[in-house]
This record gives sequence, structure tokens and C-alpha cells, in this order.
Amino acid sequence: MTTRTLPRPITAPERSAADALVVAPGGTTRGRARGYPLRREGPAKLTGAAKYADDLVFPGAWYGATIRSTQARAKLVAIELDPDLDWSKVVVVTAADIPGENLVAAIKEDQPVLVPVGGEIRHHAEPVALIAAPDRETIRRLRAGIRLVTEALPPVFDPERSDHVFAEYEVQNGDLEVGFGAAAHVVEGEYRVGHQEQLYIENNAMIAVPGEDGGMAVHGSLQCPYYVHRALRKTLGLTAGQARVVQAETGGGFGGKEEYPSIIALHAALLARKAGRPVRMIYDRHEDIAATTKRHPAIIRHRTAVAADGTLLAQDIEIVMDGGAYCTLTPVVLSRGALHSGGPYRCPNVRIRARATRTNTPPNGAFRGFGAPQVEFAVETHLNRIAERLGLSPAELRRRNAYELGDTTPTGQVLRESVAAQEVLRLAVEAGDFELLRSATARAAAERLGSGEVPGGPFRSGGARTAPGIGLAMGWHGAGFTGSGEVHIGSVASVELTADGRVRVLIASTEMGQGTTTIFPLMVSGELGLPAQAVEMAPVDTAIVPDSGPTVASRTAMVVGGLCIEAARRLRAEVEARNDGRPFAEVYLADAAAHGPTRIDQRFEPYPDIDFDDTTYQGDAYPAFGWAACVATVDVDLDTGEVAVRDVVAVDDVGRVIHPILCEGQVEGGTLQAVGYATIEEIKLQDGRYLNDRLATYLIPTALDAPRLRTILVEAPFSGAPHGAKGVGELPMDVGAPAVVAAIHDAVGVWITELPATPERILAALEGPRGTQEPAA
Amino acid sequence: MPAEPPIEVPVRLSEAYSLLAGGPLVPIAGGTDIMVRITGELGPVPERMLDLSRLDELEGISLEDGSLALGARTTYTELRRSTLCREHAPALVEAAATIGAAQIQNRGTLGGNIANASPAGDTLPVLLAMDADIEVGGHRGERRVPAAGFFPGYRQTALAPDELILRIRIPLAAGRVTRFRKVGTRRAQAISKVVMAVSWRAHGPSAGWSDVRVALGSVAATPIRAAAAEAALEGARPSPETADAAAEALADELTPIDDVRSTGDYRRMVAARILHRIVRDAGGW
Ligand SMILES: Cc1cc2nc3c(=O)[nH]c(=O)nc-3n(C[C@H](O)[C@H](O)[C@H](O)COP(=O)(O)OP(=O)(O)OC[C@H]3O[C@@H](n4cnc5c(N)ncnc54)[C@H](O)[C@@H]3O)c2cc1C
Repeated sequence: MTTRTLPRPITAPERSAADALVVAPGGTTRGRARGYPLRREGPAKLTGAAKYADDLVFPGAWYGATIRSTQARAKLVAIELDPDLDWSKVVVVTAADIPGENLVAAIKEDQPVLVPVGGEIRHHAEPVALIAAPDRETIRRLRAGIRLVTEALPPVFDPERSDHVFAEYEVQNGDLEVGFGAAAHVVEGEYRVGHQEQLYIENNAMIAVPGEDGGMAVHGSLQCPYYVHRALRKTLGLTAGQARVVQAETGGGFGGKEEYPSIIALHAALLARKAGRPVRMIYDRHEDIAATTKRHPAIIRHRTAVAADGTLLAQDIEIVMDGGAYCTLTPVVLSRGALHSGGPYRCPNVRIRARATRTNTPPNGAFRGFGAPQVEFAVETHLNRIAERLGLSPAELRRRNAYELGDTTPTGQVLRESVAAQEVLRLAVEAGDFELLRSATARAAAERLGSGEVPGGPFRSGGARTAPGIGLAMGWHGAGFTGSGEVHIGSVASVELTADGRVRVLIASTEMGQGTTTIFPLMVSGELGLPAQAVEMAPVDTAIVPDSGPTVASRTAMVVGGLCIEAARRLRAEVEARNDGRPFAEVYLADAAAHGPTRIDQRFEPYPDIDFDDTTYQGDAYPAFGWAACVATVDVDLDTGEVAVRDVVAVDDVGRVIHPILCEGQVEGGTLQAVGYATIEEIKLQDGRYLNDRLATYLIPTALDAPRLRTILVEAPFSGAPHGAKGVGELPMDVGAPAVVAAIHDAVGVWITELPATPERILAALEGPRGTQEPAA
Repeated sequence: MPAEPPIEVPVRLSEAYSLLAGGPLVPIAGGTDIMVRITGELGPVPERMLDLSRLDELEGISLEDGSLALGARTTYTELRRSTLCREHAPALVEAAATIGAAQIQNRGTLGGNIANASPAGDTLPVLLAMDADIEVGGHRGERRVPAAGFFPGYRQTALAPDELILRIRIPLAAGRVTRFRKVGTRRAQAISKVVMAVSWRAHGPSAGWSDVRVALGSVAATPIRAAAAEAALEGARPSPETADAAAEALADELTPIDDVRSTGDYRRMVAARILHRIVRDAGGW
């Protein structure tokens, strides 16, 4: 089987640069994405016609702003308005103005919409009061006149010292003592990862528009319309009909617009309610970075028993996640983290202990990967260190341990289908020329050592300027929600043939640049025998679309896509049945004219034979898994420790590729986000405040920092979904960072066990006695 | 955002001088620094501004009286495209190429970089290393200030409030070599963690170095020259021993701080290492 891209004719210049490659396990390449539709929202975005929240005009709207705490922890004694200022032309909202519950609807409901007087400020930049005015200048003048009287309380910043536990899990399988008793080697390691900011292009933004009936409509940038809907009902005491949420064009989310928009929507709505007019709550970048959620920092400890041939015998894993000041989605993030922490490897004796605690930093929340990138960085780096200890190739160690069909995971889940771990590993090792390049980098290292001048004196880095390195990592990502999440939610998606003969998809799943509005018409039209452009997407407005669940967990194509395919099949059957079995495409216009609208509402049905026990953490944690492997090459500057990531081969099994170019885009974007996580993305804190809360100081890779990315897509379909898709959004985020860190080690011989692997950390490790960055083994 | 400050747009330098004499005015050239401050979020917003965009006197790149003269309004893009600059001040061209990215290089000016006086201003070590003079003027007359004396303190300059930077003069010196190196967090749009320019004159391959300048940014409150490192290199040839001695001297004399971009230890070590590398490259060993 070939794993190379298909040769392209040299004569005809192709519009698309690289060949997307799709490989079915054991099959042949499917080639390029010719004939697939362009992104549906693309032209409006390119021409500037797309309306993001800040582009929406509501006559008479005021501007809103948030007054935030400047302490990590304090008692709020009073909120004082400067008596010398004129407050008559503005509205100020405090917790006392909240008609319903002063709680943001979430898992634990511990987070106030605004800190009440007498209550506790729990983090820097926490919302305490709100102000709205006809113009921003008035806000700027008056906000300085709102004074928070507080009494400082001692903050907690170390998640291991916190005594408030948000969530705790233990997963057990086999017997650790048996595993460690049989070990030829025991390898221990501690790994740390910091915050990461989602850094969507469009900042958070919400506009609340009060209705005549006491209702409230909110327009904004968001991933999950029904989360916001629920929050409005709870805090404003509205009925389902009185609350309405409309998604504006959304410029990226990455999880950062999963739970936080509820708070902004509530703030805008409280101001709008008091002002009796629309209020615009548009964050600037500084506020967005300072106040909204980040990826959870974590400390992960591994103790692993290995046989002489590299077979894993036991894994003892401890995870501590820093939840920040409020619970948000932390229990679910932690749960996914725990379930992925052993990596995609067979191991008979496993114990995973995970806990997430409260600290006095802004709350952490959803971010692409959702707990998995943290733990997979740890286990992959640990595995690479085991390979080093055993003198085995990292590829060979993985080959000996990666899951195969029929293996059992730590929760006792038997992998009955759709297991492509060995396949993605093989493809990545081949396409990345892993073994060949690894011997070349080893030769380069030997030559540097042989030159006899490394390191000669503290400031001499020797003859060579840079050191090349290559690294490998693999990973898995549970498809869709963890455990019984999908069953609890019971999503509904609809496909409708309207009275005037249009076919519409009605879902609350949002487009935020990833391609929802492009792939749904593709999936539905395929079932109906229509061209994709014949299928419309209904506007994402809770007054129109059913609750198809949040746009998270890489579940949109897999779960909601599956529902729409089923709905389309039912629609087709129904229409064809009343038209003498003639094809839908031929009869649907006449059918609509004769019979009026036909709408199919498809509700999620549990996947057959998938069963998870949320209390014992045993059973099928996910209906299926996506599998990925990644080979990265780097050059490390020997003078400065700067890392240039040169080339990344990313192999991802997504079950079924729906739109090759968009799918490749997800892999490239996720991989680059992982490269940023690995090398430069870092939040620095002082007394619980983010120090680098601006684009000038929170840096992500630019186009010049992006490696050459090569994507190989693998299809190992999941039988529970009609199309076999397992999702692609998060999987690539899980594997890039450990591959880059392994490449840095290959280049310069030090293990960086704390992300990001900054030049500061690399030089410190190189300069210290060798291996000081490594925990004692 | 507060209302836009009123802005004067003189078309002649003399007019600009009398406007400046009339009260405080904040000049705006490319605006890439000043516009960041215009929201009021990062400090006071200028009350009145002086637009320099019509002042032809601040433009142009030429050779005059044995020096390369660059108008204060020279943009980085102009610098990069100028054959005169490429020939006589290649290190300055290199520095210009590392600033921001294309948009910033199209608007940002050399005069703005100097007047802004950031310790991380990337052209400033080059100007220090090349013994540039900053020519400034106002209604009381015009004067020249050596670059090395232009930055008395953190974000301070030798400019009086009623003065403008007119041009930058870089003396041409036979046999002078200047090297530039910037270390930032990423390959574009990065403020320096360490930036260095080193220049020296050598008469023939075996002769020692003279007029050595080692200038750095982002390692102190102002752009600085490193006297001990210069002394270690002055009169010496670029041998391994010289490189070691200069690097150690530099590490000893620097006391950079930890901040949001990097650590003091890293800056010190990397400054020494890139100096070592520059000497090594010059020595060809
Ligand atoms: C995204 C971005 C990236 C950047 N990257 C870099 C970088 O990599 N390296 C770097 O060094 N800088 C960088 N900068 C800073 C800035 O671009 C430079 O300092 C630039 O040279 C400023 O020039 P300007 O003409 O835009 O200055 P302006 O903003 O117009 O003015 C800056 C200051 O100088 C004063 N001024 C301007 N001209 C004169 C004059 N002739 N006489 C007296 N006073 C004057 C102004 O009053 C003001 O105080 C960056 C800025 C941004 C926004």
C-alpha cells in the first residue's frame, strides 16, 4: 500500500497546494478532494459581508462593561459610587439587581454571575458590577468612579495545597503489585503543563435585546446556544419561550466559547433589562485574555513497570488539575484526562488517580482536547523516556504495546472495532522516515561530541549552530461525550422538506470556522440524492432549531451528523413511499407542493452495546476512539535554545472523512496549536493575575513559525454512526506536543518535562548537570 | 475609546517648530507605537498631536559629509529597499527586517523607534554600535547628540519637549564590520528578549580589532554599550581565547531582569553566547 501523496501532473497548475491523503486501513489511497464544495460561509467572510456580533446594529443600543476584581481573594464589603459623578445617565448593575438565581448554570453551580456584597471574590478579574452607557467615553469616565471596598483574604495558588476538591476519580484494573513485582524496569516521572489560551480570532461578544413580553434575546459569538438559553432562564427567571439565543457569525471557539458566553450573555441581559434597551457587551482582547477560561494546568506523575522486552506491566498514574476559582466544566475535563492518561497502550495492571482542585486564579474550562492534551503529553514523554532507558526505538516500544482489536482498556472496555492504533503508528513512522532520520540525528550528535568542543566554557556552545532532532508520539481520543453524556443530553436534530420545496437542516450545532455549515449539506444531500447546494442550513436561533446539543467534544460530525443522516433517510423513505417509490430528487418539489412540509425530528438513541457506569468508572468510556500518530522534526539553536519545528507528519484516524480539505484543515490547525503549546504558549502569573494578558505578550506561532505539515487521514469507521465518522476536531491537538518535546530531546539530549519547552527551560536544562530536568528515576 | 485628540499638520519644518514652541504636542510619524496608546488603556492619551507626515525635511536617505544620513521618517521598508543602506549599514537593514512584520515595517519609522526609546527597540543597538549621531531641532536651533548619549534613562531621551528628531547620521568608517542578532520568542512579531549589535574595524586579516562596540537592547533599562566586553575585544584578534574572555566579561557586566518575556539568567547567558558566536564567526574557527 502506498502512503505517499498521489503524483500530480506537472503541467496543469492545481488550485490546491498539497494532496490530501485518505487511507483506509489495509486499503488504498483515495486521493484529493476534488469536487468537494467550498466552505459555505467562506465568501461572506472573505468579502467582509459576514456579520459578527460587533457588526450587528441594534438602534438605541448602549455599550456595556464589566467592573472586575483586582485581587485574587477578598471579601467584598461594599460597592461605592463616587458621589461627585453624575450617575443618572448610565445604569449600574450589581448582584442585587438579579431577578433569578445569582448563579451561572453549569455542573456545580458555584459561580456567581456577579459577586454579591458580603460575598467572596475568588479570582483576579472576577465580575463584580456592570455598567452601561450610550457611549464608551462615558463608561470610561464613570467606571473609574466605581470603587470596590474589600478585605483581602489569603489566596491559594498551588492546586496540590488546595483543600477544595472539584472532582476526584479512581480507575483500577488488574493488580499493581503483580505488575511491579514482575518488572525488569520501573520508570518514574513527573510532568507539568501550564495554562493555554484558546485565542480565537474574534473576541467574546454578546448583545442582549429586551423584548416587549419581558423576554430577552441574545445575539452573540458562541458554541452552545442552549447552554446560554438555560443560563438566561435560570438567572433572569425566564420561561423557555421568553429566552432566545441567536448565534452571530463566530470567529473561532476552540472551547473558549463553550461555557463562558453564558456569563457574558447574562451580564448583557442584566444591563439590558435595567436600561430597557439593547446592550452590547463586546470584549477587547485584553479583557478576553484576562478574564475568560484557559486550558487547565496539570501535574501528572507516572510510575511504570516494564518487562525487559518493553511490554508494559503496570501503570500507576496520578493527575492533579488546577480548576481555577470555579468548577465550570472541570469534572468533565478531569474525567477525560483520567480516561486518556494511560495512552493507547495495552497494560494489564493500571491505577489512575485524578483530582481537580480549586485555586484563586480565573476559572479554567473547555479547550480543544479537553483534558487529553495534558495527560497525553505526560504519558507519551514518559514512554519515550522508557524507550531511552531500554535502548529501544520509540517506534518499536509503541509497536509492542499499542492497542489492537480485542484489547481491554483500564475501564474494562473491550475494543471491539475501529482500532487503528498500529496503523497510524506505522504510517507516521514510514511517512516521517522516522528510523532513517533518527539515525541521522544521532550521527549529527555524535559528530558534535566528537568535535571535542561541546560545551567548552559556559558561554561556548561549540562549532555547530543548531542540532537537528526527530520525535514520535501517538495518541487516542475518545469520540464524542465521555460515558453516558450523550444519553443524558438526548439531542434532537431535524431535516425538513418545507412547503415551498426547500430542504433544510435544523441543528443548534454552530459554525465557527470548522465547517459545520459545509459538511451537513454534504451529508444530508448524499442521502437524498441532491447536490449539496440544494440543502440549506437553518439559522442557529433557539426559536427555530432544536437542541442538538453543544458544539463540543468533536461530536458534531459524528453524533449530530449521524442524526441528520438518519433523519434524511427517513425523510427520503417517507416521501418516496407516497410517490410510488420514485427517487426523492425527482419528486420532492411536487411532494412539497401537494403535501406541505415534512419534518423529521431525530432523537439520539444510545449506541448498541455501549455501556458505562459513571459511579465505578467501569465500562465503555467512549463509543469509539480516534487514533493519531505524529512525527516532528526540529532544529534547536545551540546558542539560544530556540526551537524551530521544521516538519510534522500527522496521521489521524477519524473514522470517516466527510470533506477531505476541511478535515485536513482541522489536523493542520490542531497540530499547529499543539506546536504552540509545546514551544511558546505560556501564561505567566503573579499573585493570581495573568501577566501576559495581551496579544503583545501572549504569543502563538506565526506563519513563519509553522512547520511544513503533512497530513495523512485514516478511515477506520465506527459502526454506531451511520457514516462511520468519529470526529476530528480535538484528536490532532493531543499528539503534537509530546512529539516536539521528543524531538528536542533527540536534538540536545535533555528531557523537558514541563510545557512549554521554552528556550529558557532548554538552556537551563543543558547548562545544569545533565538530566536535572528529569525527575529521579 | 476617547475622542481623537486634535492634530496639527504642518507642511514645513519651521511651522512645526513654532507649533511645538506654542505648547506640548506629541509627534506622530508611523503611529505604530503611539496608536497602541491611543485607547487610554495603557496610560494617558496625548492631548494634542503633531502629524509629521507632510514634512519632507524628515525624509530621504543620502550620503553626506562622510556619513549615511537617514531622515527620521524613513520606514523599515524603505530601509530594507535602500541600496545605500544595504551597502553602508547592512546591520541596520537586518534589524529593520526583524521588526514586527510587513505592516509594521511599512509604517514604522527609524525616528519613531528612537523617540519611543524602548529598551527593546531593535535598531537602537545598531545605532549605538555604529556611532550614529541623532540630529534634533526646534525653534531654538538644531544640534547633534551621539546615539550613545541619547537614552539617559528608562524610556527617556535627550529630546526637549519642543524638539523633533530630524535625521540620523551614521559615519562611514573604512574597514568597519557590524553584526546584528535578535533573539525573540517567535520568528515575526516578537519583541526582543536580547538584541545585539557588534562592530569593529580590522585592517587586514591578522590585525587586531579596533573601535570595538558591543551594544545591546532588552538587557537593561535603556539600550546600552557593554564597556567590559568592548575592552576585552579592543586590540585583540578574534581567537577562541578572546571570544571566551569577551563573553565572560559581558556576562559579568550585565544585570538583566526577569520579566514577562524572559528571565535575567537567560538574557545574560544568551547575550554572552551570541557575542561568542559573532567573534567565532569573525575568526572563522
Ligand atoms: C505589532 C507591532 C510590532 C512591533 N514590533 C517591533 C519590533 O519587532 N521591534 C521594535 O523595535 N519595535 C517594534 N514595534 C514598535 C514600533 O513599530 C517601532 O518602535 C517603530 O519604529 C515606531 O515608529 P513610528 O513611526 O510608528 O512611531 P510613532 O508611533 O509615530 O511614534 C513613536 C514615538 O516617537 C515619537 N516620534 C516619532 N517620530 C518623531 C520625531 N521625528 N521626532 C520626535 N519624536 C518622534 C512619537 O511622539 C512617539 O512618542 C512594534 C509595534 C507594533 C504595533
